[in-house]
Amino acid sequence: MAFLIRRLLLTLPILFIVSVVCWSMINLIPGDPATVILGPEASEQAKEQMREQLGLNKPLVVQYVDWLDGVLHGNLGKSLVDGTPVSQLILQRLPVTLELALGTFLVSLTIAVVAGILSASNRGTWIDYLSTGFALGGISIPHFWLGMMFIIIFAVNLGWLPASGFEPFFQNPVANITAMILPVLATGLRESAELMRMLRSSLLEELGSDYVRTAFSKGLSKRVVVIKHAVRNALIPFVTASGLQIAGLLGGLVVTEQVFQLPGVGRLIVESIEQRDFTVVQGAVLTVTVIVVIINVLVDVLYAVIDPRIALSKE
Amino acid sequence: MSETVAGEARTQTIEPRERRWATLWRRFKRNKLAVVGLVIVVIMVLTAVFAPLIAPSDPQAQDYALTLRPPGEGGLMGTDALGSDVFSRVVYGARISLEASLISVGIAMGVGVPLGLVSGYFRGFWDEWVLMRIVDSIQAFPFLILALVIAAILGGGLGFAMIAIGIAFIPNFVRITRAQALTVRGLDYVEAARAVGAGNVRIMTHHVLPNSLPPLLVQTTLAMGYAIIAEATLSYLGLGAEPGEPSWGSMLFQAQSYLTSAWWMAFSPGMAIFFAVLGFNLLGDGVREALDPRTYD
Repeated sequence: MAFLIRRLLLTLPILFIVSVVCWSMINLIPGDPATVILGPEASEQAKEQMREQLGLNKPLVVQYVDWLDGVLHGNLGKSLVDGTPVSQLILQRLPVTLELALGTFLVSLTIAVVAGILSASNRGTWIDYLSTGFALGGISIPHFWLGMMFIIIFAVNLGWLPASGFEPFFQNPVANITAMILPVLATGLRESAELMRMLRSSLLEELGSDYVRTAFSKGLSKRVVVIKHAVRNALIPFVTASGLQIAGLLGGLVVTEQVFQLPGVGRLIVESIEQRDFTVVQGAVLTVTVIVVIINVLVDVLYAVIDPRIALSKE
Repeated sequence: MSETVAGEARTQTIEPRERRWATLWRRFKRNKLAVVGLVIVVIMVLTAVFAPLIAPSDPQAQDYALTLRPPGEGGLMGTDALGSDVFSRVVYGARISLEASLISVGIAMGVGVPLGLVSGYFRGFWDEWVLMRIVDSIQAFPFLILALVIAAILGGGLGFAMIAIGIAFIPNFVRITRAQALTVRGLDYVEAARAVGAGNVRIMTHHVLPNSLPPLLVQTTLAMGYAIIAEATLSYLGLGAEPGEPSWGSMLFQAQSYLTSAWWMAFSPGMAIFFAVLGFNLLGDGVREALDPRTYD
């Protein structure tokens, strides 16, 4: 419990700095928000009025506190382009990104666990070389290019799956899932590579340890030793690694969504940058980053649950 | 863990510096994959340097009579929608990628290494409660989103994209240098240097920094590879190189509209990115294994 409280307290400064960074974005961008809203033709008086309305004339600290107060009440401001509440835009897009993230995570986890266990327990055989070769290729490949190649092969030439055309799951589950397969595979294959390498090396370390030798000398089969003993311990660092992977994954999805024309938060960020709609960029980046921070806390807690030594050592 | 690192640092200081590098090179050479990585990186550097001699035509030259020709018919790698030779563009793209990775990693090192060194050496409030909390917070942002937003704030274009990637990389370099500084600062030889009257600056630059170099070398090599992907990604999203510039990323951006008709426009630049990044990754892994033979398998 004390560990949990300590961990949550350590999150507060991070959330504070993250919020300051996101908030200051608006003040750092070249150009004046009032001009973005009213257009370059607007009179100086109208712009001044708009600045007053947006609160841009107040001291910076007051502006930040006002903004934070709004954020904590779910108000992320309004789009500079069409006045839609930013939170509404994000809520529309978030399910797509979360579905994509979840799918990618499951695919990468499955591949990483299977390939990692197979290659570590068959060290030095063709299975090992194949899996490590695959992982090495995977970390070097730009996943958005892999997505483009998938479109060329599976959508254009073979015609098996659509290249784009997203539909919400509850409107058309079949179309939704078929549209998700290629993006999920393209990103998942890449993400699995790093995890597989990590699992393989921690599993190799476990397989070389004394308790594994003892288990073998008791006459246990290789399968039992690997699955019941070694994998259990090797999974502990793997949980942290895969949790931390989610931050990178959410970043990577920005590009995946662009390649497959999926209406997710990543695409919202890119589109809003193009339109210089920085309140939307700010809100979307803040949302994604807060999600990452929450996941990191959950991973740490989960880590302490699987391995009680962690919580004890930190208390 | 810290004990083994400390032990290693001790043996390293006993060994003369020249012999240390020779040992490193010998171990590196034994690793075939690492040598392959080195060869790929050398080929990339040579391609970048001698691009005008290798490329059959000007990468920006357009020939409207020769648009969207497949490989063979329109040169080695075909032509793009504007009739430019894809092969020539890929060759010149090596320059942009290499430049982008050197500049961004250079910025990250230039800022991150001194910060990490000073912070880890002096420790205290500024280290624990200011710098490291800022580093934590910056690392909470997904890397690509951070680079994307910084590039957007700076205004887009290849130069700003490189700076943005560099800034996003700073926390990694702060962390690694700081961790090394924390380990090394308590070792006997640092105490000895202090006892004979060496000042803080001298201890940091002459004793702590050299011992931080091995992990930094690994990080730098791997970061160069990642920077290539990051530059390509930003250019693909329209925040890096202009579509006319022969960057691998902006070539992929152009290829996106022709996936159904001209696969070769997307194929070659992507393969180029893949090999370049593979080269740096193999090289980085090789350097790591040469420095720490325990991970060698």
